[in-house]
Amino acid sequence: MNIKIVVKYIASPFALLFILSGCSAGVLDPKGPVASTQYDLIIYSIILMSVVLVPVFIVFGYVVYKYRERPENKDYEPPEIEGNKKLEVLWTVIPIIIVTLLAVPTVKATYDLETSPSPKQEPLVIKVTSAQWKWIFQYPEQGIQTVNYAYIPVDVPVKFILTSAGAMNSFWVPQLGGQSYTMAGMKDQMFLEASEEGVYRGKGANFTGRRFADMKFKVTAESQQDFNAWVKKIKTTKPELTIEQAKQLMIPGTVGKMAFSSYPENFKMTQLKEGVQNEPKRD
Amino acid sequence: MNLSEIKDFLIGEFFVTGDPTIYAAQVMIALTTIGIIFTLTYLKKWKWLWREWLTTVDHKKIGIMYIIVAMLMLFRGGADALMIRTQLALPNMDFLEAQTYNEVFTTHGTIMLLFMAMPFLIGLINVAMPLQIGARDVAFPYLNALSFWLFFSGAMLFNLSFIIGGSPDAGWVNYPPLAGGNLSPGPEINYYLIGLQIAGIGTLTTGINFIATILKMRAPGMTLMRMPIFTWSSLITSIIILFAFPVLTIALALLTIDRLFGSHFFTVMGEGLPEMYVNLFWLWGHPEVYILILPAFGIFSEVISTFARKRLFGYKAMVYSMIIISLLSFVVWVHHFFTMGSEPAANSFFSISTMAIAIPTGVKIFNWLLTLYKGKIKFTTAHLWALGFMPNFVIGGATGVMLASAPADYQYHNSYFLISHFHYVLISGTVFSIFAGLHYWWPKMFGHKLNERLGKWAFWLFVVGFNVTFVPMYIVGLMGMTRRVYTYEEGLGWTTLNFIETLGAYAMGIAFAIIVYNIYYSARYGERDKTGDPWDGRTLEWSIPSPAPEYNFAHVPKVKGLDAFWIMKKENKTKKKEKEPYKPIHMPDDSGQPFMMSLFFFISGFGFVWEWMWMGILGLVGVGVIMILRTFDKDEGYHISSREIKRRERAAREDRIDE
Amino acid sequence: MSKANESTIQKNIPLEYANEEGRVKIIGFWLFLAAEIVLFASLFAVYLVYLDRTADGPTAEEIFEIKGVVIQTFLLLISSFTSGLATHELRRRNTKGVVVWMIITLLLGVSFLGMEINEFITYVSEGVNISTSAFWSAFFVLVGTHGVHVTFGIIWISFILVQVAREGINTVTSRKLFIGGLYWHFLDVMWIFIFTAVYLIGMVL
Repeated sequence: MNIKIVVKYIASPFALLFILSGCSAGVLDPKGPVASTQYDLIIYSIILMSVVLVPVFIVFGYVVYKYRERPENKDYEPPEIEGNKKLEVLWTVIPIIIVTLLAVPTVKATYDLETSPSPKQEPLVIKVTSAQWKWIFQYPEQGIQTVNYAYIPVDVPVKFILTSAGAMNSFWVPQLGGQSYTMAGMKDQMFLEASEEGVYRGKGANFTGRRFADMKFKVTAESQQDFNAWVKKIKTTKPELTIEQAKQLMIPGTVGKMAFSSYPENFKMTQLKEGVQNEPKRD
Repeated sequence: MNLSEIKDFLIGEFFVTGDPTIYAAQVMIALTTIGIIFTLTYLKKWKWLWREWLTTVDHKKIGIMYIIVAMLMLFRGGADALMIRTQLALPNMDFLEAQTYNEVFTTHGTIMLLFMAMPFLIGLINVAMPLQIGARDVAFPYLNALSFWLFFSGAMLFNLSFIIGGSPDAGWVNYPPLAGGNLSPGPEINYYLIGLQIAGIGTLTTGINFIATILKMRAPGMTLMRMPIFTWSSLITSIIILFAFPVLTIALALLTIDRLFGSHFFTVMGEGLPEMYVNLFWLWGHPEVYILILPAFGIFSEVISTFARKRLFGYKAMVYSMIIISLLSFVVWVHHFFTMGSEPAANSFFSISTMAIAIPTGVKIFNWLLTLYKGKIKFTTAHLWALGFMPNFVIGGATGVMLASAPADYQYHNSYFLISHFHYVLISGTVFSIFAGLHYWWPKMFGHKLNERLGKWAFWLFVVGFNVTFVPMYIVGLMGMTRRVYTYEEGLGWTTLNFIETLGAYAMGIAFAIIVYNIYYSARYGERDKTGDPWDGRTLEWSIPSPAPEYNFAHVPKVKGLDAFWIMKKENKTKKKEKEPYKPIHMPDDSGQPFMMSLFFFISGFGFVWEWMWMGILGLVGVGVIMILRTFDKDEGYHISSREIKRRERAAREDRIDE
Repeated sequence: MSKANESTIQKNIPLEYANEEGRVKIIGFWLFLAAEIVLFASLFAVYLVYLDRTADGPTAEEIFEIKGVVIQTFLLLISSFTSGLATHELRRRNTKGVVVWMIITLLLGVSFLGMEINEFITYVSEGVNISTSAFWSAFFVLVGTHGVHVTFGIIWISFILVQVAREGINTVTSRKLFIGGLYWHFLDVMWIFIFTAVYLIGMVL
């Protein structure tokens, strides 16, 4: 698509600015097809909006300066103008055009993001559960579970199945793609894919209470072989997750990184029932 | 219960303890309260307070009370904002702990929207709208007083949580399950629910009152299409209130019932749906945004047209665009949670409906520009606020259109990009309009102008500070900084931007202090408005003396077109009017009932907050008793004699007649 | 009401509309009813979404007893009719007729309320209450809200009746009574919706 090329060309100085200004560029440094789609849309909409903003600013500045009250125009009495049909139709039409120009790619991207970015490839499935205040990742095909970090293979679509054991959170890895809510009693899915190896910061984006700021995790993308090796390592070196430990994880609080070679299939993760002990609000 | 149990309860649960800032604030609040009581007693002003203010049904006095309370709430919300910005100025700051931070941003949002912005606008509507349509008062003066006192007791109940029981801490949206009984037991969230409920009833009754007033109380000759644009905006806003607020009532009530009586509306246990709350909340919440912005548009239209010395360009288009905005406001609520995993068809629909709001809004912006075009623009403080609104609001609006694109929103949502967007819209829209309106109508309320020099200082400091605060927020949001985190780590590249934001916030704080000082300064040294028409105004409120007499219009004005007073001035009718004989004017009786009823609502609310059912029910019984008393009320009112009117009009217009 | 207003009453116009105050207050009350409709609409929406969310507990079909509800519906419908007759007598300025018909209306209202309370008690004894499941929460709150409105209406209209009996029919009492009548009709209409959306759907599904 040539819009994409134009967008990339115009956007490069933006991106450069952010890379120069700091380390993590987040949304503006996409590392996967989903994030790229969204990045293109963002830059495109910024350009589109600038097309409106710049002329409005210029006209505004001009009018306010030109028609200011001065000693010379003391006797000037402004005309009483009721309106102007033609002009008013004109500036009803302009926003309609701008909005249409944005609506079309928006709808297209909305549908695109519902499905896997690489439909031909079998996706890796990861079940993500947010809890008070930790992220739990389960790999049903591999049978392993991690807490507060995840590994994914590069160039393979990953299907995240999202739910929550406690408050509603939002699963967000800015460089890989936009966020989606995690909700107790609901299962949502979202596809992400990394196109480059690297470690990407992820976080809970929706407020969940006292230790919300600690709900961060890292997603490491590496080659399929390295990923397989990592799975194998977890399988062989890490302990099994017992029901007791799984219950322990449901107690509100923070934990560090954890990994388990297996997890109990039938354990229902929830913190929303009577008798779950709450942490005191203050130390 | 023995003594030590009572002590444990008081220190452990009832009074908020733990933080030195809280102790300091508690001491301050206690001292201020004692100070107020002492001063009132010393000056023997209790009776005056009761007679002139607590029992008044005069729309102007009620408006002023709304504005005073809203200013206090602006102070509280602003102090919260500065605490937030101080905590975030540097990474790993140790100023507020997580829990306190959570409370502070929750109260910041709730207070600014519901106890500051909306009441401030309602206050301005109360002062100006009946005067603009040539009415003697609103349709239901008694109900108007009740609305105010309900808002007041709701606001006070909410604020009481700061010293008794603990502040709400689940964000201003208060989503379950976080705000449900499992994860947030205790009185904190109850304060939010019941405080908002009481204030919300007050808002609903205000809406009804304003609609009836505008539909039935207009001066002869004032057709709908001759109404001042601010009155139009008040009418449309009130209609939105009428249809949106009952939904909030239900959302709050159901969550309250969940928490107090163990029902399962929003609990996952029992197959309730937390998502239902989110939908109900935003079904009210998005129209609420337009309740905050449409009166602002009205104020800007009046101010721009007055100080450009020109009729508002495209008056009809302005009216229709507001009506369209109000209709659209009810079909966009899902854009607050695109990330909830709705169907792509749903997200696409709500994306497009949201973007569509840009169309009528764009029309308004261009019409304001054309109103200025060929005008004679005076840079008064009020006008500066209105002019400052335009470029800033356009930035907020443009980012709003960007946010409306659902797939892109997955990246903006919950980030500082979103925070910056709605602050751009709400500050440059609502807050600027509040200050514009305050400077514009101040002479009509108090009979003197606010100082222009101080006003302009405050304006420039505020506008610069505002941009310094919120431009970096857009960037830091795109870098991945999420809202509601109490701290962040070093090395993310966020530090400089956050520090700059904090500087801007303090500049806005100083600007607010200047405005408050200006109020004091102008009360003492301000220029007295002897003409009643200090700005060469166009609408009827400027045809009567400043401050407006309690009966408003000695003669009911006859309206011949849009900008009725401008036409009168052109025809030079203002002097001739003096000769018409005065007739006695019927006035409504003052009443202490609204105040008492709200006091009982407060008591009842406090009982339910603590789940002391006896107290809650007792309060409601009190409310019922006053309602019964009211049904027996005949509301006879009294008359001001024509001689008295003549005397007062003479006194007020002395200077003008001398000229 | 001031004498001036009484004297300017036009003939042929119902007394409650005879002066500006009456007209404004009636419009205000219509607006209030609009808000009430939104309030009930929200509750209906919640109820309909929660229709099958019974969490393995008893369903509507198992518990509902339609017979009592049909009688309740008739009681309220008749009361709406008698309240209309009261308004008719109001137009004829027949104080006695107004009071009699209105008392009959209120008695019908009280019987309706009694049956509703009885219905709730039966349901609770059969093992469902507000915290059984989302469905039963929605049921009790929706129907209960209507019940609370009816209670409020009965108390309010009783106090208006006291005034009518004491002072006869004038612009003030006729206005109050007329507005009370509006409220009563509104409650009746809401009940028809509840009967359809709750009981009929509940029995069929």
